[in-house]
Amino acid sequence: MNALKVLAPGGFTTVQDKGRFGYQQMGIPVCGVLDSFAFNCANILVGNDENQAVLEITIMGPAVEILTEMDIALTGAEMEMTLNDKPVEQWKSIRVKPGDIVTISQVQTGCRAYLAFSGGLKVPRIMDSCSTYVGGKIGGFMGRPLKKGDILETHEARVLKKPRAIPVAQIPQYPSSVGIRAIPGPQDDYFDCGMTALFEKGYMVTAKADRMGYRLQGSPIPIKSGMPKSIVSEPSMPGSIQVPPDEQPIILLVEQTVGGYAKIATVISTDLPKVAQTTPGDTIRFEKTDLKTAHRLYHQEKNKILKIKALFVK
Amino acid sequence: MESRLFEKPVYRLAGDNGLLVEFGEGIDSRVNAKVRAMARSLGKDRPLGVLEMIPTYRSVLFFYDPEFTNPDKLCTLIEQVEKTLEKIDIQPFKIVEIPVCYADEFGPDIENVQKTHGLTRKEVIHLHSKPEYLIYMVGFTPGFAFLGGLDEKLYTPRLATPRMLVPEGSVGIANNQTGMYPIASPGGWQIIGKTPLKLFAPDRANPFIYKAGDKIKFKPISKPEYDLLAQRENC
Repeated sequence: MNALKVLAPGGFTTVQDKGRFGYQQMGIPVCGVLDSFAFNCANILVGNDENQAVLEITIMGPAVEILTEMDIALTGAEMEMTLNDKPVEQWKSIRVKPGDIVTISQVQTGCRAYLAFSGGLKVPRIMDSCSTYVGGKIGGFMGRPLKKGDILETHEARVLKKPRAIPVAQIPQYPSSVGIRAIPGPQDDYFDCGMTALFEKGYMVTAKADRMGYRLQGSPIPIKSGMPKSIVSEPSMPGSIQVPPDEQPIILLVEQTVGGYAKIATVISTDLPKVAQTTPGDTIRFEKTDLKTAHRLYHQEKNKILKIKALFVK
Repeated sequence: MESRLFEKPVYRLAGDNGLLVEFGEGIDSRVNAKVRAMARSLGKDRPLGVLEMIPTYRSVLFFYDPEFTNPDKLCTLIEQVEKTLEKIDIQPFKIVEIPVCYADEFGPDIENVQKTHGLTRKEVIHLHSKPEYLIYMVGFTPGFAFLGGLDEKLYTPRLATPRMLVPEGSVGIANNQTGMYPIASPGGWQIIGKTPLKLFAPDRANPFIYKAGDKIKFKPISKPEYDLLAQRENC
């Protein structure tokens, strides 16, 4: 079912779901949404199952013409949105009809927004996922970011009986200086004063920040003397903080599988959305945490989503 | 770095949903055999809560969902499996020939590699294309093969700052490793040549022409041969 036509694609708009798991051993990265909290909220708002494909919008929003009656919802980064030139709110479901024009403009705070549609976007599943892997030119809509004129389909779905809204208290803020918790390792033994630098000084997000990784700039993170400058290549995780010989950290994200530089620490999964909502020029302050705390936060985060979901299910 | 097999696996935390299990040090076919046996043994019936299990040179990374499992549970499981590893055979391999053109236009760092070791172009090409390289692992990008068996005379460190974009098909060296870039991607390897073959073709029934455990042999080709093969690949 044709659902929408792209009138303007925005800065970098891709189809994403939770990600593509099980293929890293062939070099296929996980991909998927960078801000899972905003993604989950968007699907809940339009009454979808949790892993329906949405649009991930970066910095500048798209303009779309609606081709069928449905509910839509925009979450994540703060962006101005209009429906037929009238402002509409984020974090709420919006009923749209054929011929309606939805325009999403420049980001105000944050970096990435998520636009969900009743039923979810219908694209071919490649290796069990609808996520776009831009570097590999596979998945999502033709393996690439959206372009003007693209027509996207959605799965059949009913519209909501009652509009939905995420309670204001649950809507995250996206400050330009953010604390990010990380667990030392896997190669924390490669660093001594470098470890102190990482957790004491703030790091600036550079212009080289995308779905593959965020290059940061700040106090150098030297490798201990006597340790090799690189390691035998090994897999990385979304959130791995690797330190190349220029001693400036890079947070690896979802389009990366293996790296050859030592990884001083790993951002905890709960805080990855916060990283993804920073833009060049913002400051990241790393805070040391441990596995027990991180797992407690992981469960809290999961429960938060379940509670939000429960608000709308009778 | 000297290579050796560990008596017991070494566990390292990779955040709140990753566990890295190391079986030895360095690039070593015995260590890698253990890695592949572990992956093969657990791969048949992936443990509960394990989303990804990624075998590499000397380690296996478990990407898990903390909802269902944790490092303690995984360690217990890995130690049980480890006792049975010697009985597991590793698949037989095939030798895959990869044509490579080592011209300046394809290998921006080949001169750097020559200078570092005081070698001529011809010597670098000869040393690089002589061995049969074992594919220790595939990763980084789709079909990126990490090869063991590089001649010590060619060991060259990675670039201090990785390039933002290395063209598809590029062949490079990083310390004691050599490999190919199947898709254009950022990378810090010293680039010495390029293959006209499509190493990742998602529209082909089998997108990859090799897998971990196979062997690679590079065949030096001229620019005209490169052009001809490139044309054929694009048909």
